[in-house]
Amino acid sequence: MNEPLLRDLVPAVIGVLVRRGADFAAAEDAVQDALVEAVRGWPDDPPQDPKGWLVIVAWRKFLDAARADTSRRHREVRIEGAPMPGPGEAVDDTLQLYFLCAHPSLTPASAVALTLRAVGGLTTRQIAQAYLVPEATMAQRISRAKRTVSGVRFNQPGDVATVLRVLYLVFNEGYSGDVDLAAEAIRLARQLAAKTNHEEVAGLLALMLLHHARRPARTRTDGSLVPLTEQDRSLWDTRLIAECVDVLQAALARDRLGEFQAQAAIAALHADAHTAEETDWVQIVEWYDELVRLTNSPVARLNRAVAVGEADGPRAGLAALAELDPALPRHTAAAAYLHERDRDPVTAARLYAEAARSAPSLPERDHLTRQAARLNAQLRS
Amino acid sequence: MAKYLLLKHYRGGPAPAVEWAPMDQWTPDEVDAHVQFMRDFAARLEETGEFVDTQALAPDGAFVRYDGEGRPPVTDGPFVETKDLIAGWYIIDVESWDRAVQLAGELSAAPGPGGKPIYEWLEVRQFLADSPTVTE
Repeated sequence: MNEPLLRDLVPAVIGVLVRRGADFAAAEDAVQDALVEAVRGWPDDPPQDPKGWLVIVAWRKFLDAARADTSRRHREVRIEGAPMPGPGEAVDDTLQLYFLCAHPSLTPASAVALTLRAVGGLTTRQIAQAYLVPEATMAQRISRAKRTVSGVRFNQPGDVATVLRVLYLVFNEGYSGDVDLAAEAIRLARQLAAKTNHEEVAGLLALMLLHHARRPARTRTDGSLVPLTEQDRSLWDTRLIAECVDVLQAALARDRLGEFQAQAAIAALHADAHTAEETDWVQIVEWYDELVRLTNSPVARLNRAVAVGEADGPRAGLAALAELDPALPRHTAAAAYLHERDRDPVTAARLYAEAARSAPSLPERDHLTRQAARLNAQLRS
Repeated sequence: MAKYLLLKHYRGGPAPAVEWAPMDQWTPDEVDAHVQFMRDFAARLEETGEFVDTQALAPDGAFVRYDGEGRPPVTDGPFVETKDLIAGWYIIDVESWDRAVQLAGELSAAPGPGGKPIYEWLEVRQFLADSPTVTE
């Protein structure tokens, strides 16, 4: 049985239960219980109609839970006779679930957890493992998130931008444990792209796929980072890159630029270069200008300074960098790189070592330490 | 989200804000109240979805090092007078540095003699992430 295919059905099944009168939190729990049963039983006895099977079993789970709950509170069971199938609704349940799980009232971490469970169909244990926290902690995070959105009407229109931010957060978590969150974010973005006709959804999907296509070249087998200039470009998935470029061009043609389209355009220009030297840095700087205009993000300005260093020479890059707050993450690493390009290995080595001390992740720290060591060894010989 | 270590020291760090008698001089009820506070703190973190781990360390230990091929490791210590001595930790998974500082502040208010907060210094350190964010 194909687990991602099974999980594709989850949001629609939750939607059916909600339209039949279940509240979201209870519907979501019932569908999780049905999934457990599906994973157990389907390999030996696959149903003809997987979605129909899930709806029937999840609805039964919901009734069981509601009945247990009502009898606990010594109240009459009233819900039983009331399944009200409501096909023909204009709203798309799957889309509504994306909006609900990324509701602005949720913190980013809660929105991520709730999206992975209710839209992604992952178990609490899988999400906990991916984020390296105990299962009980993740269970609490999810149930708090459900309480937070309990008052939100299911058919309220949502904001695509908040959904995209959640998916990009999931993507950036990468892959630890047995769940590949980057692949999961891509699956969810594909599903979303099939439900909406929004150019930024296409932009985010293209961006994630472009990064994904280069993943095999980005790290060595020992997990250490390979900078873009040193990557073995024959390891890039050129078929996937071509697909992304098509998706992106179709989005760009609609002339409603957004930050994810701009980032994808930059990634596409990198992916388009057969060698590092062939990279069209002038165009990349132009896209960073767009990105800065769209987001006013300090991170975009920092990346723009590095691109300026490639397009107009390291001095120009350092001048652009000098206008930015030195406390920005990776500011020192960018300065080290530009000083090395400017043939100042003494300053570069010192800055690489300094950047290593403030690196936010282990692979980056190790990479920056190695850069400092490489320059220091050159300086000694 | 990022993970932070709230490190409790038996000794070391800045000068104590308030000097207290060692715990074995407290009344049993005061000790119980302190221990219960620590348990409640962990339970509250779990409830907010921010708990990762808590552990306590025995104060006694030794330094150990390699001593060459075919030789047993060398041990040294225990060092009673070591300036810095780690007592234990909480690991939390929170939205921001500010939230980590807020929680450390709450933990620092654990009750001591007379049920008054002990104003303990806690060291707050961020864990390095396993994987870099995807930016080039």
